[in-house]
Amino acid sequence: MRNLLIFITKYNAFFLFLIFEISSLIIYIKYNSFQRASVINSANSVTGNLYTRVNGLYDYLSLKEVNDSLSKENARLRDLLKTSFYVDTIAKRKVSDSIYKVQYEYISAKVINNSVNRSYNYITINRGSKEGIGVGMGVICGAGIVGKVVNVSAHFANVQSMLNKDTRFSVMLANNKEIGYIRWADDMDPGKGILMDVTNNAQPRLNEAVITSGYSSLFPAGIMVGRVSNLHPKGGGVSLNMEVNFSVDYGKLQYVNVIDNKFEQEQQGLEAQQKKDD
Amino acid sequence: MIRTILINLLRFIVLVFIQVFLLKNITLYNLATPYLYILFILLLPFEIPNVLLFLLAFLLGLTIDAFYDTPGLHAAACVVLAFVRVLFISITVQKEGFDNEPEPTLSIMGFRWFFTYALVLTLVHHFFLFNLEVFRLSDIEYTLSRFVLSSIFTVFLILISGLLFFRRKERK
Repeated sequence: MRNLLIFITKYNAFFLFLIFEISSLIIYIKYNSFQRASVINSANSVTGNLYTRVNGLYDYLSLKEVNDSLSKENARLRDLLKTSFYVDTIAKRKVSDSIYKVQYEYISAKVINNSVNRSYNYITINRGSKEGIGVGMGVICGAGIVGKVVNVSAHFANVQSMLNKDTRFSVMLANNKEIGYIRWADDMDPGKGILMDVTNNAQPRLNEAVITSGYSSLFPAGIMVGRVSNLHPKGGGVSLNMEVNFSVDYGKLQYVNVIDNKFEQEQQGLEAQQKKDD
Repeated sequence: MIRTILINLLRFIVLVFIQVFLLKNITLYNLATPYLYILFILLLPFEIPNVLLFLLAFLLGLTIDAFYDTPGLHAAACVVLAFVRVLFISITVQKEGFDNEPEPTLSIMGFRWFFTYALVLTLVHHFFLFNLEVFRLSDIEYTLSRFVLSSIFTVFLILISGLLFFRRKERK
């Protein structure tokens, strides 16, 4: 016993190393796999608040670009206003009341932490469960899709960015509606993605738009993702893969919208039922 | 004694701030990312007990993890770094000889020793960090080039900060 104690004190560095290394590896493997709910992340109150403050400083540096994008989006939205259409029937308002039911609600949020240079990038936004954000909601910005919410606290939420090796979204080619899925390119270039699993008889053209398909419950159909930049089929086989340039500059994200799909639970419940029946 | 604690506390806060709010946004060509915060562990005094050394390394790693959203990753790398530091110092430094200024800084230990020290420890830390982050062998070339370039960047910054706080003192 005494010898054992002497042995341990003599090589105490090694045993301390083992203890701390094993505990940190346990933390790493436990909290990084898929559920990122934990105390140690940038959505907790201390780090979240610090990021909010520093972000207030950074904001001044990019006011010009934010203004530009906001005014562009304003113009786009104004085009959609009812007042900018010529109303040719008096009954229109009455009809639209009974036909349209709100399916998607948009919650605007500000990006307070962002990264683009790691293999698994996440974004922190300053809206949380109190403002109605829930895990699994899609996130977009003026220029295109951004990611999906993976972790929510009372006032902040973590978003798994498009630039994350685990991210996959269902998309389609804008012209011929061939569907596939998009993921981040292998070489970690923050501007490039790969469109996978498009059927061989699709005839994509260079610079063709890639938009969301609406098959997943995250996004409404038709949100911009990027443009086809390279047609060389990679990997070959039964499906086509092509390179896509993202329409969003993920390094400069400022404001985003979180999409609350009112019918999401209904759709997923139905689809779960389907799987059970099989 | 109290002075040493205060200096190290201040160093901890300043380095974490620099790392999280400045260096986190700096990446050269998507390859070289500096991790200057390890300077805190490098500059802890020689006579620090091992328990405290490992505890501080672990805490520093967790603090950085909290901001980087990678619980455990930097903590694991920092603990490895602390272990290599213990080995390196036990091999290269005789504990007697200097008892008035026991800190492994550039001004006290001289350029050659400090450069080797910083280089070896940074290489080990970065190697562990990048490989643990990617955790697969498939993009090994890319990981290795990130590892080498980032290490160069970090060592460069460490030497610059060493020269910045250079105080000429006779080694007794």
